[in-house]
Parts: sequence; C-alpha cells; structure tokens
Amino acid sequence: MTSFWSGWVIVLTSITLILVTWLLVANRKQRAIDEKTTGHVYDGIEEWDNPLPVWWFAMFLITIVWGIGYLIAYPGMGNFPGVLGWSSATQHEQEVAVADEKFRAMRDKYLAMSIEDIYQDPKVRKMGMRIYGNNCSQCHGLDAAGALGFPNLADNDWLYGGSAEAIKHTLVNGRQAAMPPWESILGEDGIAEATAYVLSLNSREADPEMVKAGEKHYQTYCIACHGPEAKGNQLMGAPNLTNGIWLYGGSEEQIAHSLRVGRNGQMPAFANTLSEDKIHLVAAYIYGLSK
Amino acid sequence: MSELNAALEHPVYNYKVVRQFAIMTVVWGIVGMFVGVYIAAELVWPALNLGLPWTSFGRLRPLHTNAVIFAFGGCALFATSYYVVQRTTQARLISDKLAAFTFWGWQAVIVLAAITLPLGYTSSKEYAELEWPIDILITIVWVSYAVVFFGTLVKRKTSHIYVANWFFGAFIVTVAVLHLLNSAALPVGMTLKSYSAYAGTVDAMVQWWYGHNAVGFFLTAGFLGMMYYFVPKQAERPVYSYRLSIVHFWALVSVYIWAGPHHLHYTTLPDWAQSLGMVMSLILLAPSWGGMINGIMTLSGAWHKLRHDPILRFMVVSLSFYGMSTFEGPMMSIKTVNSLSHYTDWTIGHVHSGALGWVAMISIGCLYHLIPKLYGKEEMYSTNLINVHFWMSTIGTVLYIAALWVNGIMQGLMWRAYNQDGTLTYAFVESVVASYPGWIVRVLGGAIFLGGMLIMAYNVFMTIRKEAPAAAPAAAAA
Repeated sequence: MTSFWSGWVIVLTSITLILVTWLLVANRKQRAIDEKTTGHVYDGIEEWDNPLPVWWFAMFLITIVWGIGYLIAYPGMGNFPGVLGWSSATQHEQEVAVADEKFRAMRDKYLAMSIEDIYQDPKVRKMGMRIYGNNCSQCHGLDAAGALGFPNLADNDWLYGGSAEAIKHTLVNGRQAAMPPWESILGEDGIAEATAYVLSLNSREADPEMVKAGEKHYQTYCIACHGPEAKGNQLMGAPNLTNGIWLYGGSEEQIAHSLRVGRNGQMPAFANTLSEDKIHLVAAYIYGLSK
Repeated sequence: MSELNAALEHPVYNYKVVRQFAIMTVVWGIVGMFVGVYIAAELVWPALNLGLPWTSFGRLRPLHTNAVIFAFGGCALFATSYYVVQRTTQARLISDKLAAFTFWGWQAVIVLAAITLPLGYTSSKEYAELEWPIDILITIVWVSYAVVFFGTLVKRKTSHIYVANWFFGAFIVTVAVLHLLNSAALPVGMTLKSYSAYAGTVDAMVQWWYGHNAVGFFLTAGFLGMMYYFVPKQAERPVYSYRLSIVHFWALVSVYIWAGPHHLHYTTLPDWAQSLGMVMSLILLAPSWGGMINGIMTLSGAWHKLRHDPILRFMVVSLSFYGMSTFEGPMMSIKTVNSLSHYTDWTIGHVHSGALGWVAMISIGCLYHLIPKLYGKEEMYSTNLINVHFWMSTIGTVLYIAALWVNGIMQGLMWRAYNQDGTLTYAFVESVVASYPGWIVRVLGGAIFLGGMLIMAYNVFMTIRKEAPAAAPAAAAA
C-alpha cells in the first residue's frame, strides 16, 4: 500500500472514531426521567427526551477504547504494523513450525523406509487412512471403491500400475488420461461396430458381422494404446478392455459414448498440497488396500 | 371493483400502493419461505432436487435468499415506508404514478429473478446474483423510490422529520450506493452474462462491503424505521428517548459501513483490513442495541398489554431477537471466534435469528397493525389466529437457530480436531453425516414458521373480506 493510501486509511479511521466519540459524549445528559416530551408529535406519536442509559453509554465507550487499543496493538491503521508485530502469515508459519516439530520426526522415520516394508504397520495404515480421508475420499470414496470416472483403489486393476513406486508417482505428479474422441473418424456406424467388438472381448452378446467390422477398427485405431490383446497399457494409462472393469460404465451405450466423445480422466498432482512424508504414508495405505 | 377501491380510498393519503405492497409481502413471504424449507429438505433428502438442474440446491438457494430479502423484506419496506412517510409528514406521496411504477417495477424484478435464477443465470455475487439487465431495472425502480420518498419528505407539513423516516432515508440512499458499486460489471455478448468490474481480493471485499451493508441498511436500518413507527403506535406510548435515537442512528450508519471485512477473516484480504473490520464490528454493538433499547423501553409502562395483544408480542420478541443477533454478530466478528464459526452452519443460524426473529417478526407485527387500517376495518379477522401465528413463529425460529448453533459448533470443532500423529481426526464427509439431525430440526423449524405465514394469509384474506356486504357482490361481479 502506498503511503498515500495508508494515510487515507489512518485519517478516515481516526475521523470516524473521533466523530462517533464526540457524538456520544456531546449527547450525554445525566438527568432523572421526568416524562417530559420533546414537544414533537407525529401522527400521534410523542417522543420523550430521556438520557442515554448509563450502562449503554459505558458499553459504547468501552468498545471504542478497546478498539483504539486493538488498532495500536495489531495491524489496522494502514501500513502501521501494530506494536505487537503480529501478522496472519507469521502466525501461520509459527503454527506450522510447531506442528512440524511435533509430528515431522515420526513421519520422517517412515519416509526413510520403503513402502513395501511399512504398509502393514497398523500405525502407518491409520495415518495414511486419515490423510486419504481428507484428500482422496472426495473422489475415490471413503471405502476407496471409486465411482463413475474415479477408479477403484481397493482392487487389483491398476490403470498406471500398482507397484509402490507407481502409486507414489501418481500421487506426486498426477495423471492425465487421453482417450481421443472417435466419432468424426469412425462415424456412428463405426462406433457401433467398435462397441460390438469391445463387448465380444468380454464374451458378451454382439452381432458377429458387427464384431468383425469392429475388430478391423480396433486393429487400425485402438491397438496402439490398448494393445494386441486389449489388455491395456499402464505406461499410457490405457485400460484393460477384457476384464469387465469399466471406469466410465460398461453398458453398451456407455461404452459407445466413451468411444464417441473420448475420455480425459484427470488425477491432480499432490506435490504442492501434501508434503512428501504424507504422500509416502498415503501411498502406503493405498498400496495396502489391495494386498 | 372501482366502487370498492373508492370506498377504501383515504381522503389525503395514497393507500393503494401501500395495500399492494402489503399484500405482496404476505405472498412473497410464503413463496420465499417455501423455497427455503424445500432446499433445507434437499440437504436432508438430496433426491428432492429431482435430478434436475432447475431444482438443484445451488440454483434454488439464491432464489430463496432473493425472495425473502428483496421480495418479502423489500415489499414490507416499501409498504411501511410509504405508509409511515405519509402519516408522519401529513402529506400525500408526491406522485401516485411514480409510486405505482415502483410497485410494478419491483414485482417485475422479483418475477425476473424467479425465472433467471433457476435457469442458472447468475453473477455469482451473494445477495446480488441477478444479472445486469435486471440490475439496471432495479436501479431505475430504486431511484423512483427515492424520488417518491424524499419528494414526500420535502413537502411535509410537519416542521421536523420523524426518526422512522431518518432510518428509511438512510436505507434508501445507502442501498442505492451499494447496489451501483457492487453490481458494476461488463456484459458479455447478448446473453445474460457479465463479469465483475473488480478482480480477486478487491472483488471479494467490494462484495462483502455490499453484502454486510445489505444486512446493515436493508435488513437493519429499514426495519428499525418500521419499528420506530409501529411500536409506539401499537403500544400507544411515546418513544423512550429522542436523544438515544439521534446518537444510535448516526453511530449506526457511520460504523456499519466499515464492518464488511469480517466476512473475509483469514483470507487473502490484507491483515489491516481484517482488523479494522473486526474493530468496527465490535464498536457496532452499542449503536445496534440503541434501537432495541428504544423499542423495548417504549413498551415499558405498557407491559400489561402484552397479555392480550399478540401484535405487541410479535414486536417485543422481534426486538429481543434483534438484540440477540446484534450481540452474536460482533462476537462472531472476533477473529478467534470466527476461526471456529466461519464456513459452518452457525453463520446460517446467525443470519436466520436476524432474518426470522427480527426482520420477519417485526414485519409480521407491523402488517397485522397495518392491514385493518388499510382496508378500513376495526381489527384483524381473528386475534386468536395472530396468537397462533406468534407462537409458531417463535417456536420455529428457536428450533431453527438452536439446531444450527449445535451443528455449527460441532462442525467447527470436528474440522479442527486432530490426532496425536498430526492428522485430522475427521474427514469432511463425517461432519456432513453428523449434521443430519440438526438439518432435520431445521426443516421442522422452517416448516412451522412457514405454516404460520399460511395462517396469516388466511387471516388477512378474511379480514379484507369481512363486513363488506355492500361491496362484496360488486367485487364478485367484477
């Protein structure tokens, strides 16, 4: 804030407080109630001129005095930082420092160990579960069973790999899926044929002619990511199409919809949200869910 | 119909516009509170949103707030300010046509809000969600309102201006300034879409400068104006202290305008602004209480009337809720308290102790005084029904705010609880699950309050109909 605006704030605040105090004190009058009216009458309403109640007067004055004291002690008067030197940023830093000192050592102990070694430790599971509850459960659910568009973390099907290392990588850096939309390339007929083929991969009922045509599409467009056996590719996060697990729903229409418009599932990166020691614990918890 | 109107017409004053606004106060009160009860029920039973975008919580919530504040509260303020300014200045409104325009213009604003908000058109500014074309209409109506009100004051036949009119005047002027500055926006294309003239933290500060003063000037100053006329009138007692009214009026209007930053504690708003907002919010306690003291002390000497006058009961209980919520507000503005209460149900409970307990109950009390006068009747059709309404309002309000106090403090404590290992004890969703019982009680409290409004509507209808044997057939024929 420039010194002009700082001065503006100080002057305006002071004028307000002075005027309010003057208003209060100038109207002070200690006199017993004598039931005399001001003489005004409005639509039959008269007004007494009783003095300000003493307790109210005192309360008003106390809040003003307290307010001035607060503005001397704490920031408020423009750039004047207050004699206590308090700021919300320093308060936050101090609280974080206190918490770090108290808890960091405990978490750092686990950070130094591998996830495979600690995931069965009940203490680790408990801490990891709580971090999970506050950061992950909004999408993946409290039971980690996922939801439409959010993968199940408690089964053994992994889009980007289920090793401890892969899970931690996912948490730190996030993931961005990129299933392209095929509508403009395949047309609505092509989408129906490709859908039939995907159904046949799961031994579900589909018109053989359509399946045949769909297989051709698969070999041309899908194979690069989903692989020759349609088992997917964890390097790209391309899901396995043969195991009956569907991130975006497994009905014929849902599969066709995924083909038509594509999918762009996004897992946010937590590197800036959680410290590494916490990510390590939550990774251990997630790793343990499917063990 | 014209015969009936002619029979009701006051020889000096324009009562027609007052009648129109008074009736619409009851109508919009029922509509706004029904939407409130419905969305409260959606929180408990989410399926009630019917899976449709138009009936989802996010779209109906601003409809509820706009309907109760600006439709119900606004019509009550128009009705009473037009009535009071005429009665206390002994002058007719300067222009019947302009007054009629404010009525139809304000109803148009409300109807447009009821259409655009569920459709998803919103500026996303709380209590100022309406998009720019409606904002322009509001401005035109409001300027007309100011012209009618202040024009009438100018040609008053009394030497002084009665205190109720100071409050109405401050409310009209300040709301105009607030609305213009906060709604400044750049329209985009030909659709109902605009971007705020301010960015980031400044936008948030302007918004809450508006938001808090909407409470201060719309919901406090305006309704204090109501209180200052109808309480002494109903109690048939002189106003307790002219001196107190001067001090608390000027203190209220000069300090309230500073209090907005307490909505942004522990945010990116600079520390100095937060502190200043908090200090002024605490200094605001005494000026706020000045109105309560003047109202309650005006009733002293008339306490016996409370035994058989439920209208007076509405007024005294509304003043008590006013005193309670204007004590609670400054307390919640203290940073330490705010760090617990902010973002919890406590805030919503606080708003409703003001909105139901103060704003709605003082309006209802004033309407029960006003309606018979406007329609040339001795009194309301049924005093017993007023009494039933009084108890329903009081019980409904108490259930509502108590449930949200419990919920709010519980949520605040759950969110900050942590374990010995430094992790948070509860996931957010656990605090949601724990809130269900309170939310059910809230639905119950709100429904009881709404039920009272329905009883009022019946009572008002019967009052207007009763003892008009000559006019009734004519009205039926028309």
